[in-house]
Amino acid sequence: MATFVIRRLIASIFILLAATYLMYILTALSGDPLEDLRTSTAPNKAQLIESRTRLLNLDVPPFLRYFIWLAGVGKCFIGQCDLGVTVQNQPVTILLAQAAGSTLQLVTIASLVAIILGITVGITTALRQYSGYDYGVTFISFLFFSLPIFWVAVLLKQYIAIGFNDFLADPKIEYWIIPIIAVVSGLIWMSIIPRKGLQKLLTFGIAAVATAGILFYLDLSDWFSTPHIGIVGIIISSIAVAFGVTVISTGLKRRRALYAALTVAGVGIAIYYPFLYGFSLSLEAWSLALLALVTIGVSFAIGWFWGGADRLPVARTAAITGFLVAGLIALDRFMFVWNQYANSGRIKGRPIATVGSATPGLEGSLWVHGVDLFTHLLLPTIALILISFASYTRYSRASLLEVMNQDYIRTARAKGLTERTVVVRHAFRNALIPIATIVAFDIGGIIGGAVITERVFGFVGMGQLFQNGLDHVDPNPVMAFFLVTGGLAILFNLLADLVYAGLDPRIRVS
Amino acid sequence: MTNLEPPVQQPGHHAPGGTDDESSIEIKDIAGLSQGQIVRKRFFRHRGALIAMFALLFIIVLAFTSVGPQFGSFKPGGWWPFTWNVAGAIENGGRPTLTVFPLSFGNHPFGQDQVGRDIFAVVMRGTQQSLMIMVIVGSIATIIGTVVGAVSGFYRGITDAVLMRFTDIIITIPVIVIGAVLGRRFGFAGAPVLALILGLVLWTGLARLVRGEFLTLREREFVDAARVAGARDARIIFRHILPNAIGVIIVNSTLLMAAAILIETGLSFLGYGVQAPDTSLGKIISENQAAFSTRPWLFWWPGLFIIAIALCINFIGDGLRDAFDPRQKRMPTGGALAKAKRAGQPVAGSQKAGDK
Repeated sequence: MATFVIRRLIASIFILLAATYLMYILTALSGDPLEDLRTSTAPNKAQLIESRTRLLNLDVPPFLRYFIWLAGVGKCFIGQCDLGVTVQNQPVTILLAQAAGSTLQLVTIASLVAIILGITVGITTALRQYSGYDYGVTFISFLFFSLPIFWVAVLLKQYIAIGFNDFLADPKIEYWIIPIIAVVSGLIWMSIIPRKGLQKLLTFGIAAVATAGILFYLDLSDWFSTPHIGIVGIIISSIAVAFGVTVISTGLKRRRALYAALTVAGVGIAIYYPFLYGFSLSLEAWSLALLALVTIGVSFAIGWFWGGADRLPVARTAAITGFLVAGLIALDRFMFVWNQYANSGRIKGRPIATVGSATPGLEGSLWVHGVDLFTHLLLPTIALILISFASYTRYSRASLLEVMNQDYIRTARAKGLTERTVVVRHAFRNALIPIATIVAFDIGGIIGGAVITERVFGFVGMGQLFQNGLDHVDPNPVMAFFLVTGGLAILFNLLADLVYAGLDPRIRVS
Repeated sequence: MTNLEPPVQQPGHHAPGGTDDESSIEIKDIAGLSQGQIVRKRFFRHRGALIAMFALLFIIVLAFTSVGPQFGSFKPGGWWPFTWNVAGAIENGGRPTLTVFPLSFGNHPFGQDQVGRDIFAVVMRGTQQSLMIMVIVGSIATIIGTVVGAVSGFYRGITDAVLMRFTDIIITIPVIVIGAVLGRRFGFAGAPVLALILGLVLWTGLARLVRGEFLTLREREFVDAARVAGARDARIIFRHILPNAIGVIIVNSTLLMAAAILIETGLSFLGYGVQAPDTSLGKIISENQAAFSTRPWLFWWPGLFIIAIALCINFIGDGLRDAFDPRQKRMPTGGALAKAKRAGQPVAGSQKAGDK
């Protein structure tokens, strides 16, 4: 395995070198870097041309100029990165440091959401093959495949951002909309849950009435201007999470797992008020991350304590429950500052942002900045995930269907294992192997899509760096952009190979 | 029972019991047909693909006859009274004159832009460009991808290593990035050149897939047989192995065309694709996105045409995938299953099976 990794690593470095060389030459030859000066009427034209030539080493042909750039990159190994300067004589290293943060944040969040949503929907459609839900999702994913990302982005800006902000000015749902949403939700649930005849109608009725009830409650309690989950909501949803996680993770027959999950949920409910009004006020980002780790650790310990003979699955169940319940409480904490955020002087009651990656000059706690991040990333994230969501759904559906037709699944069923064990332990894990590689290959595509999304949403990120560089035929910023994207693409390809070799025992790497 | 069916398909000859109804339907369906006929039959059974095919044909005919194609100085013109580059008087404030109830088109069904150009003509011209780019990109990328993949999978060893590392290098650069860099250089040369350049970039995925196919197929007996019979390498590759890999190639080149449409429109949106005075669907959207609140029709129609074309191609690709997949089993409809049941057990249970 070690030789395999080292061999792949060396090959990857050479591929990255070759790709950067190709990219440098192509960018340098894509136009004339002195074009704007040649056509200018400035009296000191010759001097300007000369100074730019000296600044960017334009007298060296691109085939050799690359090595000047490469020497600067090589200095990263001794801690003094030098990615050159732009046409305006700004150091690219500093520009990249500013730009990479917001782009990587966007891409990471979009990828995570797309992976989680895509795999969940893909798996459920595979389990409900040939149902109305399956056909509906198939059609929708084809539609998403065919959507031009910039077109969707403009529509999102118009309808989600401006429309929702208008709605928030007077948050009353029109009464004729509620029954429509209720019927649609009833139809969706009816097609997901496999029932026949009268029970099917009953599913529809319950789902529709529940949806309508929730909407009426939200409307009457003026929820949209002061969103909250509240202690009652936290109690109900924590218990639901405890049951749900237990059902999927170990099955309800493992009573100890259920008790452990419920204990964790109880602890969460108990610290709700102290957290909300107490120690959440002075948290920083790093301490929030630390708190998440502590939560998982404590929940794991509770599960371990409850565990009995086979502790690990119980502890795992408790840890997942703990993480989700803590997430709910944190979500409520973010909602707690929503009103304060939306009505602050900078936002003026129009919270969903259409431009930029953060509100400049916004003051407030970690929670206010969290909400600010959410309102800015919401639209670009939706625009970015649509396409990867479609492909992940299709791939995970196909992958699970493939696995479910294997002989070992029939054997597992014949042994008398429960459907949960068959699906979660035997099928799902094996279906994840091909999905893992596809997700890794897809990262490059997501970053490419981010160039367009950033342009529509006015993000100051790497896409802008790339475009500015390309417009001025200036290889340095373009190469800085490519160094990050290409490096990531190669890193994830390498990871995909390793994950594949690690997960699939049929692959031999000697 | 009097019927017009040939005697082979007379009911009642199947073994009773009906446990393998599904496979017997499947076998009966394809008995005595050639590979091409089976594929065609399966493709026409995919309703979505069939509808998509007709929709795409309609779009192609509409786009090329309405305003007429233009290649250099060759401009035959079309039946539509307006052209995409001539401004006219603004009627009705530029709003679309298309109404559905009652159905009437008016002079400018899709509306006009600020200077009075007819948006229907502009969108049709953009659709022409996008379709042309799609076909050129698809053919070039398919040819390069197939040849690289075939050679690399057939010869293996050092040839394979060199070609695949080269593929790795190209695949490392995101398509939109290398497309933008090349489009900046060659976009002014017109849509066909842009398409050519995009085709030179997009072949990598197909090459990998074809290589995989060739690695398996070259170990099969018919390849040995051909070699023993004295066939040259080129003949083995193109006459013996390639027809067996044609399914993968066709399906993926279709999906590649759908990707090509979106990449071209994306590049034109960023300003590195088709350049003025010519137009493309992405360019129309890019020019008009600021006017969305005042003239939304400038924005809706080109977008809807992009989606329609890409959606049609994706559906056709899905139909082809189903048609070429030998493991593909049709889920028999309730009616077919009932018919098979009746055929197996002509006396009892036919009513019950029909109910199901």
